Amino acid sequence: MTRNRLALTLAAPVLAIVVATIASAIALVLTGYAPGDVLSILADQATSVRDLLRTVNRAGPYYVSGVAVAIGFKMNLFNIGVEGQYRLAGVVAAAAGAALPLPGPTRVIGILAVAVLVGAAWSGLAGLLRAYRGVSEVIATIMLNAIALGLTPFLLTRYFEDDSEGFAVRTRPIPSGGRLPFLDFLIPGGAPAGARFNPFILIAIAVGVVYYVLIWRSRFGYDLRASGSNPHAARASGVDAKRMTVIAMAISGGIAGLVGLSTILSTPYSYTEESFLSGLGFTGIAIALLGRNHPVGIALGAFLWAFIDVSRTALSSATPPLPREIATIMQGIIVFSVVIAYEVVARIAERRDAAEVARRTEDPPPTTEPSTAGAAS
Amino acid sequence: MTVVDPDTTAADTVASAADAEAARRRDPIARLPVSVRFALYAVVFVFVLTAAEQISGQSRLTAANTWASALKLTIPIALAALGGLWAERAGIVNIGLEGMMILGTFFGAWGCIQFGPWQGVLIGVLGGAVGGLVHAIAVVAFGVDHIVSGVAVNILAAGVTQFLNFDWFGSTNQSPRLPEVVGSVRVPGLHDLLGARLTGPSLLVWLAALVVLAVAAVRFLTPERVEPLRRRLSPVGSFARPAAVTVLGLLGLLVVVDLAPYLARQERFGISEFGRIVMGLTAEVSWIVVIGVVAFPLTTLILWHTKFGLRLRSVGEDPVAAESVGVNVYRMKVVATTVSGALAGLGGVSLVYLFANQYRAGQTNGRGYIGLAAMIFGNWRPGGTAVGAGLFGFTDTLSLLSGQATHALLLVVAIGAGVMVLRAIITGRWLSSLAIVAAGLAVYGWYLVTDELPNEIVVFLPHLTTLLVLTFASQRLRPPAADGQPYRRGQAG
Repeated sequence: MTRNRLALTLAAPVLAIVVATIASAIALVLTGYAPGDVLSILADQATSVRDLLRTVNRAGPYYVSGVAVAIGFKMNLFNIGVEGQYRLAGVVAAAAGAALPLPGPTRVIGILAVAVLVGAAWSGLAGLLRAYRGVSEVIATIMLNAIALGLTPFLLTRYFEDDSEGFAVRTRPIPSGGRLPFLDFLIPGGAPAGARFNPFILIAIAVGVVYYVLIWRSRFGYDLRASGSNPHAARASGVDAKRMTVIAMAISGGIAGLVGLSTILSTPYSYTEESFLSGLGFTGIAIALLGRNHPVGIALGAFLWAFIDVSRTALSSATPPLPREIATIMQGIIVFSVVIAYEVVARIAERRDAAEVARRTEDPPPTTEPSTAGAAS
Repeated sequence: MTVVDPDTTAADTVASAADAEAARRRDPIARLPVSVRFALYAVVFVFVLTAAEQISGQSRLTAANTWASALKLTIPIALAALGGLWAERAGIVNIGLEGMMILGTFFGAWGCIQFGPWQGVLIGVLGGAVGGLVHAIAVVAFGVDHIVSGVAVNILAAGVTQFLNFDWFGSTNQSPRLPEVVGSVRVPGLHDLLGARLTGPSLLVWLAALVVLAVAAVRFLTPERVEPLRRRLSPVGSFARPAAVTVLGLLGLLVVVDLAPYLARQERFGISEFGRIVMGLTAEVSWIVVIGVVAFPLTTLILWHTKFGLRLRSVGEDPVAAESVGVNVYRMKVVATTVSGALAGLGGVSLVYLFANQYRAGQTNGRGYIGLAAMIFGNWRPGGTAVGAGLFGFTDTLSLLSGQATHALLLVVAIGAGVMVLRAIITGRWLSSLAIVAAGLAVYGWYLVTDELPNEIVVFLPHLTTLLVLTFASQRLRPPAADGQPYRRGQAG
């Protein structure tokens, strides 16, 4: 029984990888490229320290974004607004980080706190609307996204812009107390040329630990998961569903606020439209799906996503050049394969459980067709 | 994602339905027929715009070319919204509209370059439909969560189109320019169709005809009068009333188009502005726009006046009940989502044909999501959806105008708040009327202390409006009952 369950748990990712590989290979062959070329480029990349370093640097923000989305998922809330939350939080945190009169390294804490508060406030709005006005959080966060994407340049150009220097539209640089040091000393043999180890990975790891403890090792997390999987039962046991909705949304947005800080706490130490990362909110959804909302799963998903991202450069500089868009297609196919594979495996497991229960209770085995066996139990 | 809120019990729903019914009886406007109500809204809107222009000394809000461009900008959003309507009426949440629009932009551009403008339209629509089919299969056959599948469609569509564009056109982010696109047409007035010349006296005739048509439509086409006729002429008679209303409505519209240039020349409050707006909307209209506009009444006809439409909507309300009376639920859901993708694809084609003249990566710029919002704004109904899409299109246009022109928009909002207060007082909603007064005064104060509205803010005004509408009206919105819920054949046991 337990061995079966283990096999089923492993079956889904294996099935997804097999399907994704085959589908990507078919797409390549149909358009006249050799799948082997792409595979060898990816294999080269997996052994290059420089590429792996770039992958890890990219994966950090992806991971935080994935966790932010996953917290919502845990309570059946869909936070599509990570994009707006982290951009707004990023610009306000960058401005506050340069302006706040904080001594030494406490400035880092100040920047983190501002980012979390702004993100939490922005998503908390969606939570309030959902809990007390019945507005779908999907639509509310999409609208709040658009508003945040308008507010960010508005705030930047009118209030936060550093006038002292040149043409570049940017906030004032963060003073040295608010800068995290590079982690190059952690790499055996030193950092390769042209790449540095971004300290943001420490924040990502901290977020992962907090996420795990909060959701699986605290009473609050138990209530949250209960409200997500069975709202009626949770309410019967005394959980205030409306309050949980607002808090879960706020925590999700608070973590989302941290996503963009890799360019604030590290180079170039200020918010500019060019250097600040964009599009991470939607990537976060895909990564939370890949990781099945589990802290370790999300880490794997973020690493995989970043790895494929990094392969773009290698693909287009190969001889003969391969289209870098292969990477985007592979990412899309992987998401689809994972989503469908887990659903298929869940159905098989459900059917097995039903058969198992039927056998134990010594009922005659279900005679209906397989697809209704789940309902028959 | 479950749409079920644990706090909404059956009793609440019944109570709120009764409340809504009581409010409806108190509200004289809600008792009017739909067409009259929308005409009334349009007239009030034009008057509010005119008043704002007179006070602020601006003239761009009702200029003909502002409205021509507003119509063009509305169409892509409107088509996406209509796509969302089809899917959600069958109970499938389609957040993949964005991806299906992207498929429409690329395949529309490719088809146009390879085969010709009309073939391009068809191929773009097919591209969107394939996206819809993928979403339908994932959701219906594999039971994947609707939003998860939609997000996956969006990611996949962006990747596939960029990849194919590189492979076929050798560029990472845009296609070559289209050699030609579909033509445009001037919407003819009645006299054009009759071949008569428009003279001073004939204008009077048209005005008289318009009044007679309006009176005839309201007075003689009441169900009580038509009913005996219908019984006598059955089965032909059952079509008599809708057919008559349609013909009268079309004639009325043609007369209005005819009158527009004459009205525009009048120097009267509201009249000349109305004429200019109608001229802007009809002067030169691409065939794509015509198709997009016609899609709305066509959707109403199919979904609300045919057996097929009734079955499709029943699947969105209660799939188990629909199944029990022999509706093929799976097929209905797949068909609806495919049509949804096709409409979103047409929306993508319209973006290519009306604006860029080429495929560009990121061209849709979130319009699929906006379409979804416009549909919810419109309470899952075609008329309201069109108004919602128009709101987004109009504000899109304003963001292209100067800061002073959009500044007058604050005044529009303030005056509009005044009109809404009147209505709230008539229906006895004192609390909300107070809130509206406060909001109106705040906006008026904003108007007084500033000289122009920053463009960054104009860009998100429609989103803010949608959020406010949802905040204060979400209790009166009613999505299809089984919207977004998973369904498996035989789940009733």
